[in-house]
Amino acid sequence: MDKEYVGFAALPNQLHRKSVKKGFDFTLMVAGESGLGKSTLINSLFLTNLYEDRQLPEASARLTRTLTIERRGVEIEEGGIKVKLTVVDTPGFGDSVDCSDCWLPVVRFIEEQFEQYLRDESGLNRKNIQDSRVHCCLYFISPFGRGLRPLDVAFLRAVHEKVNIIPVIGKADALMPKETQALKQKIRDQLKEEEINIYQFPDCDSDEDEDFKRQDAEMKESIPFAVIGSCEVVRDGGTRPVRGRRYSWGTVEVENPHHCDFLNLRRMLVQTHLQDLKEVTHDLLYEGYRASCLQSLARPGARDRTSRSKLSRQSATEIPLPMLPLAETEKLIREKDEELRRMQEMLEKMQAQMQQSQTQGEQSDTL
Amino acid sequence: MGKLRLRQIPDQLKVIELIIQKRGPESGPLTQGSAYARARAEARRARATSPPPRDSRAHRRSLLPRSPAPRPRPSLEGLPEARTDAAMSELVPEPRPKPAVPMKPVSINSNLLGYIGIDTIIEQMRKKTMKTGFDFNIMVVGQSGLGKSTLVNTLFKSQVSRKASSWNREEKIPKTVEIKAIGHVIEEGGVKMKLTVIDTPGFGDQINNENCWEPIEKYINEQYEKFLKEEVNIARKKRIPDTRVHCCLYFISPTGHSLRPLDLEFMKHLSKVVNIIPVIAKADTMTLEEKSEFKQRVRKELEVNGIEFYPQKEFDEDLEDKTENDKIRQESMPFAVVGSDKEYQVNGKRVLGRKTPWGIIEVENLNHCEFALLRDFVIRTHLQDLKEVTHNIHYETYRAKRLNDNGGLPPGEGLLGTVLPPVPATPCPTAE
Repeated sequence: MDKEYVGFAALPNQLHRKSVKKGFDFTLMVAGESGLGKSTLINSLFLTNLYEDRQLPEASARLTRTLTIERRGVEIEEGGIKVKLTVVDTPGFGDSVDCSDCWLPVVRFIEEQFEQYLRDESGLNRKNIQDSRVHCCLYFISPFGRGLRPLDVAFLRAVHEKVNIIPVIGKADALMPKETQALKQKIRDQLKEEEINIYQFPDCDSDEDEDFKRQDAEMKESIPFAVIGSCEVVRDGGTRPVRGRRYSWGTVEVENPHHCDFLNLRRMLVQTHLQDLKEVTHDLLYEGYRASCLQSLARPGARDRTSRSKLSRQSATEIPLPMLPLAETEKLIREKDEELRRMQEMLEKMQAQMQQSQTQGEQSDTL
Repeated sequence: MGKLRLRQIPDQLKVIELIIQKRGPESGPLTQGSAYARARAEARRARATSPPPRDSRAHRRSLLPRSPAPRPRPSLEGLPEARTDAAMSELVPEPRPKPAVPMKPVSINSNLLGYIGIDTIIEQMRKKTMKTGFDFNIMVVGQSGLGKSTLVNTLFKSQVSRKASSWNREEKIPKTVEIKAIGHVIEEGGVKMKLTVIDTPGFGDQINNENCWEPIEKYINEQYEKFLKEEVNIARKKRIPDTRVHCCLYFISPTGHSLRPLDLEFMKHLSKVVNIIPVIAKADTMTLEEKSEFKQRVRKELEVNGIEFYPQKEFDEDLEDKTENDKIRQESMPFAVVGSDKEYQVNGKRVLGRKTPWGIIEVENLNHCEFALLRDFVIRTHLQDLKEVTHNIHYETYRAKRLNDNGGLPPGEGLLGTVLPPVPATPCPTAE
């Protein structure tokens, strides 16, 4: 007998077609001190010019500026697949003389996106939920310092349970190879010491081929990524044109793996782990937020900090998690409950009517 | 007169020079013979009275006016034919009758009749300085990791600053700004310099950097106070030890955008107290266009905020200074530097630099960075001026303020009840 061909091996193709139709949306946040090459890197990564209309304020204006959150969206299409990319920028971070609590607006923003999603999920119309949650945060570390600065540590500890963090060393052409290695090691040690959870790349399956495994291991070794961005193409006479920065002593090539980790970052962010970042955001980080939110709702009035989700590990000087005011959430839930009840009643009525009409029909039949 | 000897060739050349000079200003024809004899006599006289100039520069900076009233030249008639050197020497100080025809200015290297020798004071000062040596105190301010210690080591070509760059060591950022002064004695060409490098670890590294310049301001004022106390003493030392900060190198982070608010605040507060030289650190991350744009923006921002960095416009003494300093102020500063203490082989030479996969950055190559300009500026041309501005202006401002505050009396002990006349409130050039 021939083996029967059922045909569900074609499932991935169906998924693929569905997602192609739907398109992807991805929200990327970039954070770090100003002047570390964040905008240039985003432009290089996605080959767009997102920051054309940006006005950089002078130092005296920055004295009194507070941190703002800016969102810029762009639709990128490649190979028939549409990606709706949103880049969230944090100008003003680390700028002022006194940067205490300057990360609070960022934390609030991330949580607002979670709240929005929570509300949408609990709502009635769940077909078209817009996912504006931040899927990934590229945090830029200065190559001029000696590792993480106190401000870096404070920011990372405030957001590491709420967003996938990928640490990145900006303007890496300031460093010689040995210095890069030393700085990376120092940052890794500091992250471990401060117990900051950065995005963990999933281990590749054992059945992947050697090449992939090697690439994967290489990529993991090179975190934090030392990147250089450039949107200019340098044409050195003789060699092919490359994207890079031209200095008097040589030209740095952005896409040369010996010069910087740009290729690794791009591969990781866009080619291999885009979906995983979204999944981790949804399954781990969002769920953690949701659990903590609902748990504190379940015991109204008892704002017990220890009852928070075991995932959150905030420092002693933590700020109370800004949540929807209890009264409002409760009201919402009550409203929704009422709606459900009404709908159930309607259903029962309809069922009763149907039964009635059935029995009537039977009666008339028998008659 | 004597026979011509090879040894006297330099004298011969001098003689010929003198003849040519004479031919110039004087209109009448000179017979070969007598002019030649006269010239030779003068040359001999000159040799007898003054030492040969060792440094032509000394003459350029001589205390005699550049275009002096013409030195009394021997007129055609009045000069007796001299025969012996002894007779020559007593002729020297006698003023000669002015010739009828106006003279051209004397050439700088000539040792004609009438030379007094006051320009040797330069030589005397030089000898004295070599014996006593001099102090220089330089402070470096900036966020950690901007290469301050490396730059100072590169500037003075020795390990004068303790580097905290060895990654293996545990380097905790201090919670408040600390002031660490380390002194070294450097010697070059017989000249001794007592160099003190004042480091300020912890500046700008905290989350809240409010007022982090206060410890620095306090330190600078303390040094002025120390000096003032010594000055005011009745029995004061011959040479007061000078711990005042002569120069403050402020390191700007090469963001490429503009100055950071902290940079502005620091420079606003301290430019009136000490000479600040802003420096763009780790400038190997900027391309040429980015560098010049950034420098322009920084200069504009400093100007808009009324921050005067060294060399300050108001202290230019004369036109020459002004043009020289203007050029530096408006084109080169702030200097974009790269520091290094490692040597690499480039084109067969060993140079200080940084080796990257895309090329070697040479520290002393003007096409790569402006380290050489900074070094020449601070050490080779403006070192003395830095000290003078500190002493004559910043210190005097502090002193006047202190004496005013004290009711016109000098502060502290050592007065034994005597009251010195109150110091009049001099209008300070750097008015608050």
